[in-house]
Amino acid sequence: MSNHTNTRLYIPRDSSALSMGAEQVASAFIQALGSYAESEPPVQIVRNGSRGLYWLEPMIEVDTPQGRVAYGPVAAADVESLVAQGVFSGDTGHPLYLGPTDDIPFLKKQQRLTFARAGVVDPVNLEDYCATDGYQGLTRALTMSAQALVDEVKTSGLRGRGGAAFPTGIKWQTVLDAPASQKYIVCNADEGDSGTFADRLQMEADPFGLIEGMTIAGLAVGATQGYIYLREEYPHAHEILDEAIRIAESNGYLGDNILGSGQCFYLEVRLGAKAYICGEETALLESLEGKRGMVRAKPPIPALEGLFGKPTVVNNVLSLSTVAIILAKGADYYKGFGMGRSLGTMPFQLAGNLKYTGLVELAFGVSLSELLYDFAGGSRSGRPLRAVQVGGPLGTYLPESQWDVAMDYEAMAALGAVLGHGGIVAFDDRVDMAEQARFSMAFCVAESCGKCTPCRIGSTRGVEVIDRIRANKDRENNLELLTQLCETMVDGSLCAMGGMTPFPVQSALKHFANDFTQ
Amino acid sequence: MSDTHTSTLHPEPHSNDTADTLDVAHTDADVAEHIEQHKTRPGPLLPILHAIQNDLGYIPERAIPTIAKHLNLSRAEVHGVVSFYHHFTMVPRGRHIVEVCCAESCQAVGGRSLEALAKETLGLNWHETSRDGQITLEPVYCLGNCACSPSVRVGKQILGRVDEARFKALLDELTTQPLTLLPLGATSPEVN
Repeated sequence: MSNHTNTRLYIPRDSSALSMGAEQVASAFIQALGSYAESEPPVQIVRNGSRGLYWLEPMIEVDTPQGRVAYGPVAAADVESLVAQGVFSGDTGHPLYLGPTDDIPFLKKQQRLTFARAGVVDPVNLEDYCATDGYQGLTRALTMSAQALVDEVKTSGLRGRGGAAFPTGIKWQTVLDAPASQKYIVCNADEGDSGTFADRLQMEADPFGLIEGMTIAGLAVGATQGYIYLREEYPHAHEILDEAIRIAESNGYLGDNILGSGQCFYLEVRLGAKAYICGEETALLESLEGKRGMVRAKPPIPALEGLFGKPTVVNNVLSLSTVAIILAKGADYYKGFGMGRSLGTMPFQLAGNLKYTGLVELAFGVSLSELLYDFAGGSRSGRPLRAVQVGGPLGTYLPESQWDVAMDYEAMAALGAVLGHGGIVAFDDRVDMAEQARFSMAFCVAESCGKCTPCRIGSTRGVEVIDRIRANKDRENNLELLTQLCETMVDGSLCAMGGMTPFPVQSALKHFANDFTQ
Repeated sequence: MSDTHTSTLHPEPHSNDTADTLDVAHTDADVAEHIEQHKTRPGPLLPILHAIQNDLGYIPERAIPTIAKHLNLSRAEVHGVVSFYHHFTMVPRGRHIVEVCCAESCQAVGGRSLEALAKETLGLNWHETSRDGQITLEPVYCLGNCACSPSVRVGKQILGRVDEARFKALLDELTTQPLTLLPLGATSPEVN
């Protein structure tokens, strides 16, 4: 497999690359190689994950003596000319030539920690993983006490990357201190926020990173069983995770005797079934237990009574993947990035109407406008940007006057906004913000679990009230009614679904009031 | 909860057709097999429902009491779970499930026009199946392909930057595939 005389050609198997035709590109290369002269050095095709430079997908790479060089976006029809011009020796003259991958500015300006391996390695090649510092964190973890592991994560300052930003180490401490015959590690891979794809990218590009992080979490709190609760909408991630888990098991990284330590940890993927609410941790646990995804009242917190009533760590994909890095490189290294109480790096996801879309991992504190213009290059349509939703469907819409905000938890909170899972969806000047506000309510109607009244009924009434406002029926009174309804939902809902659905609505009312009175 | 009770509440449609009887027997055998395979796992209900729907294309009404009995649940509990999740369906659907993303990132780059185009071209509303049984149209909230919006999914295949031409090419590909012996309602085969 790793014959060094082979030229390696990298063609991503990431969902988004596939969505732009990567499979057809791979087939075209296989066909082209079939008629390739035998005197030429052999070419090995590697199906890597994505680097996250999504506007360039399918982006292929070739190993050259000067490092990896990239071409993109490649269509199957380009393969013939690429081969003819000498793509396998890193030809620089082809119109799709992008130069050395690491020098592409969008990537070069980033600080890749959690995503260091993304797109670099074959996601299901354990040798690749170990050759890029993989399993160093676990090896070190096996020499440490449970308390020392929890302390390391606490010291790193890592906060939950799913959206709520709760300190990971403190959650782990609670589970470690809870006496129980069985504890669980649950990975929340129900990444339902529109505009986010970091979890998916990570699982498809570096599944061993997540597996390693979960194994370390198991050692830290004394849990022997882990579940990855993956959304059904991610079929490729499912395939890759299952394959990686099988490989980890057969090589002694999972199972009843991890690396000969006598410690055990078992892991399996469980599929969701299209329910946004199951991204809320207690609804997720209900779903894992085989029930309707209804939100539980807290307390008790899942750290004490979680899955099947047992102490459970519920962490996001990126939090758990990052744990493997923290253990490998040390807590101090990790907290050297970021600012204030937002330590480490955050993967921002540039989506919607932007020119250069993709994943940007940076220390906290970069401004929103830097992301929108320096990285994303403004709108894809060429029209002026008007509104930016940060943090998924429950996040606020930010008008241009707020785009200087630093992207960290505290600065966003000070604006009444949320960073959430780091999704950034930009809209150009054609957006109708009253229509977006209506969608927020309608989405809540479709996705509310129905347990509490403000969310279940409030969202339905919200859609009706916005429809009346847009139809200019008793507009003044209905605007007042909408304001009150939003307050009721924020104050009276059981979880973030009903409690935050009003955020995008309120921000649209506040910053884009004209859209409601046209 | 006895089986007699079950059949009073949910009488089986009367049929003299041998083929139908055979189908029913097959369905029952398939359902029993999936239950058997997963019932000892912790929290077995979702894995069982996924297995049945992957295999048959939907969750048949007659599977509900069987699942309930094996998992020691009430039929209402099983029905409640099936109806809670958008993914599970109790009616047979088309050979291909065409899912159009309706979430914000897609909206920002023409997703609403794509939704309208899909409905108009297919002559279907959400959740409806074409009369030839080929295509069911479903909305979906985010496929995680937001950097290449707008997106459409068919089976395991996700398509990005779907404009009118790409959507029509997709429909062409789906509707001009050679007929196979797959029964209606079976899981959509991969489209390549």
